[in-house]
Amino acid sequence: MPLTNLTGIARSEGDPRIQSKGPSSLTDADRLARALGWFSIGLGVVELVAPGRIARGLGLEHKEGLIRAFGARELASAVPTLSVDKSAGLAARIGGDVLDLLTLSTALHPGNPKRGNAAVATALVLGVTLLDLVAYAGVTAAHRRGPDAGGRNYSDRSGLPKGIQESRGLARKDFKTPPDYRAEGTVAAALPAPPSS
Amino acid sequence: MKALVWHGKEDIRCDRVSDPAIEHPRDAIIKVTSCAICGSDLHLFHNLVPAMLPGDIMGHETMGEVVEVGSAAKGKLKKGDRVVIPFTIQCGECEQCRRGNFSLCRQSNRKGELGDKVFGHRTGGLFGYTHLTGGYPGGQAEYLRVPFSDTTHIKVPDGIEDEKLLFLSDIFPTGWQAAVQCDIQPGDTVAVWGCGPVGQMAIRSAILLGAEQVVAIDHLPERLSMAAAAGAITINFEEESVVERLNELTGGEGPHKCIDAVGSESHVSLGQPDTLLDRAKQMLMAENDRPHVLREAIYVCRPAGVISIIGVYLGLSDKVPMGQAMNKGLTFRMAQAHVPRWTGDLLRRIEQGEIDPSFVITHKADLADGPAMYAKFRDKADGCIKVMLQP
Ligand SMILES: NC(=O)c1ccc[n+]([C@@H]2O[C@H](COP(=O)([O-])OP(=O)(O)OC[C@H]3O[C@@H](n4cnc5c(N)ncnc54)[C@H](O)[C@@H]3O)[C@@H](O)[C@H]2O)c1
Ligand SMILES: [Zn+2]
Ligand SMILES: [Zn+2]
Repeated sequence: MPLTNLTGIARSEGDPRIQSKGPSSLTDADRLARALGWFSIGLGVVELVAPGRIARGLGLEHKEGLIRAFGARELASAVPTLSVDKSAGLAARIGGDVLDLLTLSTALHPGNPKRGNAAVATALVLGVTLLDLVAYAGVTAAHRRGPDAGGRNYSDRSGLPKGIQESRGLARKDFKTPPDYRAEGTVAAALPAPPSS
Repeated sequence: MKALVWHGKEDIRCDRVSDPAIEHPRDAIIKVTSCAICGSDLHLFHNLVPAMLPGDIMGHETMGEVVEVGSAAKGKLKKGDRVVIPFTIQCGECEQCRRGNFSLCRQSNRKGELGDKVFGHRTGGLFGYTHLTGGYPGGQAEYLRVPFSDTTHIKVPDGIEDEKLLFLSDIFPTGWQAAVQCDIQPGDTVAVWGCGPVGQMAIRSAILLGAEQVVAIDHLPERLSMAAAAGAITINFEEESVVERLNELTGGEGPHKCIDAVGSESHVSLGQPDTLLDRAKQMLMAENDRPHVLREAIYVCRPAGVISIIGVYLGLSDKVPMGQAMNKGLTFRMAQAHVPRWTGDLLRRIEQGEIDPSFVITHKADLADGPAMYAKFRDKADGCIKVMLQP
């Protein structure tokens, strides 16, 4: 936790310490999503910083600007992928994978002397796309509400054993709003009485 | 002992940790019989407050049996006492405690300097709720050290099951305070945003305190069905306009009192475009909260009405319409609940059968299954509204 390191927070002396760790609330799909999020950051930074090198390596010399834009896109999809809203981030990544593949396909023609590199890159992107799809499916499956969650009916759980009608205002007979919580009545009480006709 | 330990964002584990021991004469050690997961725990699960350390023990809704008492607490507690532990830690002596503002105790926050820096002035110590409020190990564990235990406990009688008593620790007095903050009058319409456990308790409290109409707002049908069970009129914000319905129900005048039982993590959806912007800013750390409910409540509230904020806000909230609030002369009341201020009265209401807070429990599990239950509660999966855990 970098932020807690910065603030210099430390655990107090006598507090219990971990002796052995148990299973986590994070599922495998969550972890995969997190790994892909960091991968996005890594790739995004490279694409932003060295687009020329990538372009030359793939025989896409005239596409430096596009590659740099792809770098920004990688970073933008990394943020939600690393957040609690992983599925939105992964969906963005899948869309990005498609764009990457389309761009790479333009480098696969026989006239490109770097065609071999482009083929390797295409294979890599295909692999990553597969991982994105697996993570997306896993994350949405792990965190869905369940088939009948919304159909659950709790209308027998009033929590008011005496019944709703009987309960309405029941506490008024023995509870007075404390002075520091009052919000009513003060203005009317302060007005002079209306003249009687 | 076993305990649910925070390791990072969305990463809670049931670890084996060392047992707590008495550190101060006012301490006591509780053997936990039941504990629960709270909506506030979800803010930490999502790592929205950067003041957690990996290794922190979660939990602030806990009850159990006293197994050890420090020398200075002996007059007030003894081995074998059955107690519910309020989520607020209070000294009982400072100026705030004497005024009943227990969540603002001046003495119980052992990391007070951090609180002073971040909040301007420190607030009270809380169990399992970041180092801003003392970094105290929480009660989702087999044992809990209770500091200031002579004043930080609610003695409860035998013969009533844990299910009915556990929520004296937090959500019942919290929901009650949300309603008390409204100073409800007969004839009032009270609108409650959020039908989570806190909203459910606020709805029952508003009924007991005599609101003529309670209107409950959420988008989860199962939670709305539980709100309707107590006589609330329900609004599903994904199906209808909250503002229009509230005005319709109040002859166009708006609710007298508005309770925000949602807080920082308002649901993000296309239907509420402001939440998309808030979410994006949150991800970029340009804003801490998504104050959609606050915006809506301020807009729809009747002039001179009350906005009672019980949902937790964490830091900076953008675009809160202060112009509307000021010109409409609204009263704002908000706080972390001052739990022991209400619990004596509320325990009596449970004993007299005026309310049975166990209605809210939808899932019971072993403490060891806690990590999975965090995910289930967060995902609102399987109709989950409140999880009770037992070690
Ligand atoms: N002040 C206190 O002392 C105190 C104590 C306990 C909990 N809390 C806070 O209360 C809040 C609620 O806690 P909970 O346990 O009920 O949590 P919860 O997450 O189970 O409930 C929140 C509910 O709000 C609903 N919601 C989201 N956006 C909404 C919108 N725009 N309009 C209406 N409803 C919306 C959600 O669907 C959900 O049902 C949390 O912020 C929690 O931190 C405060
Ligand atoms: Zn709580
Ligand atoms: Zn105090």
